[in-house]
Amino acid sequence: MDVSTIIAQLLFFLVAALTLTAAFLTVLARNVFHAALALVGTFFGVAAIYLMLEAEFLAIVQILIYIGAIAVLILFAVMLTRGLMQHDQISFNHQWAWVALVVGTLFLGMFILILQVPWLQSGAAVTADTVPSLGQQLMTTYLLPFEVVSVLLLATLVGAFIIARE
Amino acid sequence: MDILSFILNPFVSLYNLIRDALTALLLSFGIASDVVAIIVFLVMGLIVVTAILILAPVLMMYTTLLERKVVARMQDRIGPNRVGKFGLLQPIADMIKFLTKEDIVPEGVDRVSHLLAPIVSVIPVVLSFAVLSFGVGMGAVDLNLGLLFLMAMGSMATIAVFMAGFGSHNKFALIGGMRAAAQIISYEIPQIFAVAIPVMLAGSISLNRVIEQQSGLFGLGWFFFYVPVGPIAFFVYLLAATAEINRVPFDLPEAESELVAGYHTEYSGMKFGLFYLAEFLNMFIISAIAASIFFGGWQGPFVQQVPALGIVYFFGKTFLLIIIQLWFRGSLPRIRVDQLMNFGWKRLVPVMIGTILFTAVLLWFYRGVLDYLKGLGG
Repeated sequence: MDVSTIIAQLLFFLVAALTLTAAFLTVLARNVFHAALALVGTFFGVAAIYLMLEAEFLAIVQILIYIGAIAVLILFAVMLTRGLMQHDQISFNHQWAWVALVVGTLFLGMFILILQVPWLQSGAAVTADTVPSLGQQLMTTYLLPFEVVSVLLLATLVGAFIIARE
Repeated sequence: MDILSFILNPFVSLYNLIRDALTALLLSFGIASDVVAIIVFLVMGLIVVTAILILAPVLMMYTTLLERKVVARMQDRIGPNRVGKFGLLQPIADMIKFLTKEDIVPEGVDRVSHLLAPIVSVIPVVLSFAVLSFGVGMGAVDLNLGLLFLMAMGSMATIAVFMAGFGSHNKFALIGGMRAAAQIISYEIPQIFAVAIPVMLAGSISLNRVIEQQSGLFGLGWFFFYVPVGPIAFFVYLLAATAEINRVPFDLPEAESELVAGYHTEYSGMKFGLFYLAEFLNMFIISAIAASIFFGGWQGPFVQQVPALGIVYFFGKTFLLIIIQLWFRGSLPRIRVDQLMNFGWKRLVPVMIGTILFTAVLLWFYRGVLDYLKGLGG
């Protein structure tokens, strides 16, 4: 095997292990703030995997949106709920068995689905600069979905303002 | 290699010299060429990383001295002048003090967040150095998405502030952390909008492409001169970025007259030193970004003939912008929280949305005229 392939494989396993560790910590941490921080770690791991797949734009947007905005929002919410800060929360309650069953079934279903779907594979080389073509596609072929999403986000924003005012 | 071209472009020439010598040496040992390529790549990467890791703290040390000197002059004082000539060794004395101070970890702190926060605050700033272009061909990585990467790294600062504020279990630190987070989220929006203007003018989000696009007019085709959108975008960027890194007049998160020291109240020794390092490196980074996207970075007269001049231009422009921020610090009072939020959301954001629309119309019109003229010629 090629040396660079081996290195890429090793890096992938390292990143995947770190991502999964952070993901488990997110679920199992007894302190909500630590769980939120572990979630940041998970997002980072996902960004690193995007980077290894040569999806640089996606990786950077992952950091910008998920870490810079969504994780910060979660941390903000955690800090504003004072009761959560003082005590460690218990990770399990009496419903955990049912939840585990449902989540396990879902995971299994998705796993089987992923294995069965014939994924489209393209032999074409990855273009170096994906941003211009991405922007052009958004403004021509996918203009309608793009605008619909924008309107949806605007509506959410206005809705949040109205709720906050009340 | 002749001496003249080496002197004209010393760092890039040195880099190429080491790389070629290393490749030749490894090949002479009879190692396969693909393995050699990987080893050379790793070693050269290590050299560049080491250079950046040395450059960053040294820059920070001397920026602190610059700040103390400049602010002292503005306040009719002399500033540090005991250690070394003109106080030139003061930063080294400060650093020895940081390193030898006792590291106090208060009893009630959340240990994980408390220990990780200073590290998390420094890492994104140092990573930002990777995509900066210090001179002609002198960037560690030529990333297609350079500017977006810089914005992403800037947005990560919030996490560190949160960790420090929460982890300290201290009311002042918590309020400081909350203020910082609200401020950074709010001012990120006008900041990114302001960066969008040069991106639109250059037609690329790569930092290097944006700099290259400003080569017109004898190296003076800077986007700042694209009146009126350039100056508007620059001033909004300067204000928003200053708020983003919590400097005066937007230093509410560490307002010492209200919050002791804000989110880093409980930190001492080198852990405080790391926050300090992050703050000054952030100042350097935002000045470097502004110098690159509005003032042409390393572009300037004769830079094509003498590439070494590019380094001088880049650092000259960056330090001029740093001095403007020190000038803010020396002359402006801190603004209130409500003023801060009003200014960000009700002034900067609408101004930038308008500027972006105007730039788009302008570019569309300009391209239309160009196409029309081409049609006439053809």
